[in-house]
Amino acid sequence: MIKEVFRWLNDQLLKMVWLEDGVNWFFKDVIGMDAESLLYKGITFFFYDVIKIFILLSVLIFLASYLQSFFTPEKTRRILRRFKGVWANIIGALLGTVTPFCSCSSIPIFIGFTKAGLPIGVTFSFLISSPLVDLASVLLLASIFNWQIALAYVVVGLVIAVVGGTMISVFKMERYVEEFVTAKSEGEAIDLTSIEETKMSRKDRLRYSWDQVKEIIHKVWLYVLIGVGIGAIIHGFIPQVWIESILGANNPFSVILATLVGIPMYADIFGTLPIAEALVLKGVGIGTVLAFMMAVTALSLPSIIMIKKVVKTRLLVMFVGIVIVGIIVMGYLFNAFGYFLI
Amino acid sequence: MEIKVYGSGCANCKKLLDNVERACRELSFNAKVDYVTDTMEIVNAGLMRTPGLMMNGKIVAYGRVPNVEEIKKLIEANQ
Repeated sequence: MIKEVFRWLNDQLLKMVWLEDGVNWFFKDVIGMDAESLLYKGITFFFYDVIKIFILLSVLIFLASYLQSFFTPEKTRRILRRFKGVWANIIGALLGTVTPFCSCSSIPIFIGFTKAGLPIGVTFSFLISSPLVDLASVLLLASIFNWQIALAYVVVGLVIAVVGGTMISVFKMERYVEEFVTAKSEGEAIDLTSIEETKMSRKDRLRYSWDQVKEIIHKVWLYVLIGVGIGAIIHGFIPQVWIESILGANNPFSVILATLVGIPMYADIFGTLPIAEALVLKGVGIGTVLAFMMAVTALSLPSIIMIKKVVKTRLLVMFVGIVIVGIIVMGYLFNAFGYFLI
Repeated sequence: MEIKVYGSGCANCKKLLDNVERACRELSFNAKVDYVTDTMEIVNAGLMRTPGLMMNGKIVAYGRVPNVEEIKKLIEANQ
């Protein structure tokens, strides 16, 4: 009985079956399109997916932002100072997923964490998990695929973050941090407790969450439209055979290809989800698709340029290398064992 | 009074600068408003998130963009 209710909730709220039916009905019975035609399939997919993603985006960003308003980089830093060893990396990775910060704050956060005495590896665990595992996009992933896949995505993202950060510590890569980061500042030492933590009332949090919805939609709407557009073209117009030959199960290099293609791309994860959905429906392995999504979000040229300012090339290369290898390994694992999850 | 806006050039930081300048204009307030973008200066002020708003050496807001009304209240409170 519980399972039935859960499945109904999943279908109505996340998959929005009612929306899909509504869009299909509109184009078939009102506009009068041929339900078998590729044009019909492409257009219905486009409208259904765009509307669904924007509704989900708004709700999920609002909820996630409300939760995240309880986490700040300052609080995270204070919490992390209390942990040692791998636990610090694990907590760092976990906090990275729920601590919101704009990417222009990456450098101040890196320097701030380091000056507080946090090991470089812990800071990197935080910085790796942050773009990789984002609360709202995990929920969106659950809506497009299912909960098991979303959870597995989170676990794998955290593992990559923890292993990556730990490796950086184990190889004593602190030596490759730029000197100015750890140098004593001129004049007095910074009193890390001098900045009062701003207290937020419930009204503050609601306003913050609403502002985040507006801000993020303003930032990503074009990526979503483009992503759904590409997804619709794949869905309706590109023959399955083409896709399977390049990215399908028969190509042993599909994961590596998907990863390498994703890395130089700079798009928001919400834009990649509809493409991922369309590819999976055309027979691409779930691991290949997740590898593509992770590659797009984990590494971006702006964030690499910023990290380059605070660490020397060798550490930067190691960081990028760990993330790439982690994604590729994860992709193959999901392809091999993914059918247990679907 | 000395007002410093710490930012790194992203849209929010510029918005804070605009709001501060407007608040000063509306109060006919003669303050020296500095826009600081140097990373080390931002860090040395104790900030991990931008934008940051400092009045007479004290950080009064950070990590968000207070609106013009709130900035006016902050100015009056920190005279």
